[in-house]
Amino acid sequence: MSHHLQNLVLKIWRQTGPNDAGHFESYRIDDISDEASFLEMLDVLNERLIADGKEAIVFDHDCREGICGTCSLMINGQAHGPQKGTATCQLHMRTFRSGDEIVVEPWRATAFPIIKDLMVDRAAFDRIIEAGGFITADTGGAPDANLIPVPKPVADAAMDAAECIGCGACVAACPNGAANLFTSAKIAHLNLLPQGQAERYSRVEAMVDTMDQYFGSCTNHGECEAACPKGISIDFIAMMNQDYRKAKFKNRKALART
Amino acid sequence: MTDTLTPPAVAADPKLQSKIPAGPVAEKWDAYKGSMKLVNPNNKRKFRIIVVGSGLAGASAAATLGELGYQVDVFTFHDSPRRAHSIAAQGGINAAKNYKGDGDSIYRLFYDTIKGGDFRAREGNVYRLAQVSVDIIDQMVAQGVPFAREYGGLLDNRSFGGAQVSRTFYARGQTGQQLLLGAYQQLARQIGLGNVRLFNRTELVDTVVIDGRCAGIVTRDLMTGEVASHAAHAVVLCTGGYGNVFFLSTNAMACNVTAAWRAHQRGAYFANPCYTQIHPTCIPQADDTQSKLTLMSESLRNDGRVWVPKNPDESRAADQIPEDERDYYLERLYPSFGNLAPRDISSRAAKRAVDSGRGVGPLKNGVYLDFAAAIGRLGFDTVWERYSNLFEMYERITGEDPTKVPMRIYPASHYTMGGLWVDYELMTTIPGLYAAGEANFSDHGANRLGASALMQGLADGYFVLPYTIGNYLAGLLNKPIPGTDHPDFAAAEQAARDRFARYVSTKGSRSPDWFHRELGKIIWDYCGMERTEEGLNKALGELPALYEEFQRDLRVTGDGASLNQTLEKAGRVDDFFQLGMLMCRDALERRESCGGHFRAEYQDEEGEAQRDDEHFAHVAAWEWTGDPMHATRHQEELEFEAIHLAKRSYK
Ligand SMILES: Cc1cc2nc3c(=O)[nH]c(=O)nc-3n(C[C@H](O)[C@H](O)[C@H](O)COP(=O)(O)OP(=O)(O)OC[C@H]3O[C@@H](n4cnc5c(N)ncnc54)[C@H](O)[C@@H]3O)c2cc1C
Ligand code: FES
Repeated sequence: MSHHLQNLVLKIWRQTGPNDAGHFESYRIDDISDEASFLEMLDVLNERLIADGKEAIVFDHDCREGICGTCSLMINGQAHGPQKGTATCQLHMRTFRSGDEIVVEPWRATAFPIIKDLMVDRAAFDRIIEAGGFITADTGGAPDANLIPVPKPVADAAMDAAECIGCGACVAACPNGAANLFTSAKIAHLNLLPQGQAERYSRVEAMVDTMDQYFGSCTNHGECEAACPKGISIDFIAMMNQDYRKAKFKNRKALART
Repeated sequence: MTDTLTPPAVAADPKLQSKIPAGPVAEKWDAYKGSMKLVNPNNKRKFRIIVVGSGLAGASAAATLGELGYQVDVFTFHDSPRRAHSIAAQGGINAAKNYKGDGDSIYRLFYDTIKGGDFRAREGNVYRLAQVSVDIIDQMVAQGVPFAREYGGLLDNRSFGGAQVSRTFYARGQTGQQLLLGAYQQLARQIGLGNVRLFNRTELVDTVVIDGRCAGIVTRDLMTGEVASHAAHAVVLCTGGYGNVFFLSTNAMACNVTAAWRAHQRGAYFANPCYTQIHPTCIPQADDTQSKLTLMSESLRNDGRVWVPKNPDESRAADQIPEDERDYYLERLYPSFGNLAPRDISSRAAKRAVDSGRGVGPLKNGVYLDFAAAIGRLGFDTVWERYSNLFEMYERITGEDPTKVPMRIYPASHYTMGGLWVDYELMTTIPGLYAAGEANFSDHGANRLGASALMQGLADGYFVLPYTIGNYLAGLLNKPIPGTDHPDFAAAEQAARDRFARYVSTKGSRSPDWFHRELGKIIWDYCGMERTEEGLNKALGELPALYEEFQRDLRVTGDGASLNQTLEKAGRVDDFFQLGMLMCRDALERRESCGGHFRAEYQDEEGEAQRDDEHFAHVAAWEWTGDPMHATRHQEELEFEAIHLAKRSYK
């Protein structure tokens, strides 16, 4: 049977728009079922704000199943809150106790400007993918899928990387605001597979160079892996760095030939 | 109980030309491709195509059209195309590859889909879907989708409800995610190359029809509230389904019917709105702040056994209940399909078990899905490897470990087979306006088989629409089209501005969410898993009254000139109200039971759905008349040439 939490104090970041300085506002809320998710608790708060004639708190969310990567809250200083391997939308109130003070902020990173309240703009991630996070395979004309066997361990490793949901927690958790975990996960997914070999080195170079235009540089803190709701491993960053070094070398040689 | 009323005979509607090519079903698509008009590669760049939606259907269509050389604009209300609801699909995607050598074939996938849909889909469309299914897998593998593999490196398959062969390809429990990322990456490449322009956080709020053809769309920028027009030679809606009309559903929170509904108001017929799918395996509602329901993939039914205690007063923990006091009702009622009986049948069986007082869990609102036998037979590791992410998700939500305590599941709204009426070319009744993916009604009849929505979305976007749209565009070559300075665009923009201003200025007392919840309750109670004439009439009495209250008593705080999620929601709930009325009318008029549409008056002695092929082997296509309560019903008769209409049996 469910229990209800009382006397929760929420300190929530409010900011009317990109140019507003923003500030924390405190809200007290009672009678929250511990079966409720964190976002459902915010829904209840928003309904109350609307009833009081106030503007609801803006936050990003959609699937509420931990897969779309839209939700993005700093909860008590931790990206996606205290539960390991869990996106904000899957965090449940049973993790909290009556009387808790909970601080809620947006992702904070130069590359993710705040749009309003708790919502940020993560379009820089799309720019990285557009630069090379794909395998060029126009529609039609693909050979039979079983023509290229992929050893199971390779497929599994690629899948481990491909699980990234693109939420940006890694960037938010990084003291430098680096996007190396995100970028390396996509590179590893494609560079591990036989289908991805043709563009392996052009891909890594284009993606890393684009990443560098928007994001800070990685100094191996490892906070990203700890914050990642999908447990993406920082080993992929090492793989990316290795491929990038090789790429610089190979691409220079190729350039010299032209 | 039977009803003496039969619907009025309706003359064939000239707008409902399905354009199915003549000839044997297996040759229709080739015949079409051999005779359609083409646009030569140099002329393609003279055409602008708008694609609304970036899910599987939208991303695949936009990327392919961009590759072909068209100028493409893609719109999504999401921040990134990768967030579309397709991302959440778990279980897998069907294809008639017959890699398992277990007797699968294009014909069998075609047959299973028609039968699964309870003989309410078009043969021509479904056959084409089965044909192109094999190309989808090739395409996705070439793009780097990391499908599950066997030790030899070849692709692995599993089986899904409603099929006796293993034809489902999967990527752990995240097939939709991996397919969407594949399509998104291909789209991103086209965006990077400048062939496709992306308009994110931009919502379609109207479609514009000038001189009888779709001339473009009107959008609202969600960040600034700015309303703007976009003109094009053709518009493709890939805007997903309307399952959120129930409020609680497995759909993502933002899924809505607005794009399809606005097109309907401009003349696109809406087909079979009452065909909605209630998925049997979702986590039961825990309390009344619940905002959505979470699906547990149907693939779990490969290894999980569904049961309830035989005794309604049972109070022991599941593992304390001896075998002979359990009712494995699906295995008992449907011995040849067992736990893999199709969705509609499994859902109703669960409802009956719970209604009989044998429900499990604190609220007695679920049935068990038990993995103990599978773990005993296959070992913990094998079962864990197959379903770990689902098990973990379940535990995060309920706090229970399903490898120790059986899962609790209950049906929930999941998918909508109804949608915009389209012909064989995926064109709606408005020339130049197309609908693809879940937004159209075309391939699943009255019930969709598991793992077939992903297949259809990608079939439409990759392998159907890019061909058929050329057949239309070829006729527009070098003809001028109206620009956004045309007065009809200005009028549509003004109407949209007025509508959003009205939501803000109503200043009533209830939030959009409050109305949505109330609307959802009515639809779930009277137009959900079981429908009756009495209930539907009741709903049709209550809905207009509640809608009137919505218009009078809505409260939207904030304004329309910056990001305002309450305002966005108001617009979506408005359209859900109107759709809800049409759904109930459609359910009332369809005096038979078929697939997901179960009318309690039409069932056989064993409680199975009773179709009425004589009167209802047709598509109901509704025409907007200004009020959904008075929409006009048209019929497209379904012709079965390759398949003999039979009673659907899974016994
Ligand atoms: C939990 C869950 C699990 C599922 N599992 C499976 C499975 O295992 N196998 C299977 O085959 N199917 C499954 N399905 C069904 C399947 O995922 C969907 O039917 C399919 O992905 C729909 O794809 P789509 O491209 O048509 O639409 P969506 O992916 O819903 O995309 C809709 C797009 O349209 C945009 N949009 C909508 N309206 C507007 C507007 N007004 N303005 C601008 N943009 C708009 C959205 O931003 C989005 O980009 C599942 C569904 C759910 C809910
Ligand atoms: S809302 Fe989709 S991951 Fe959280």
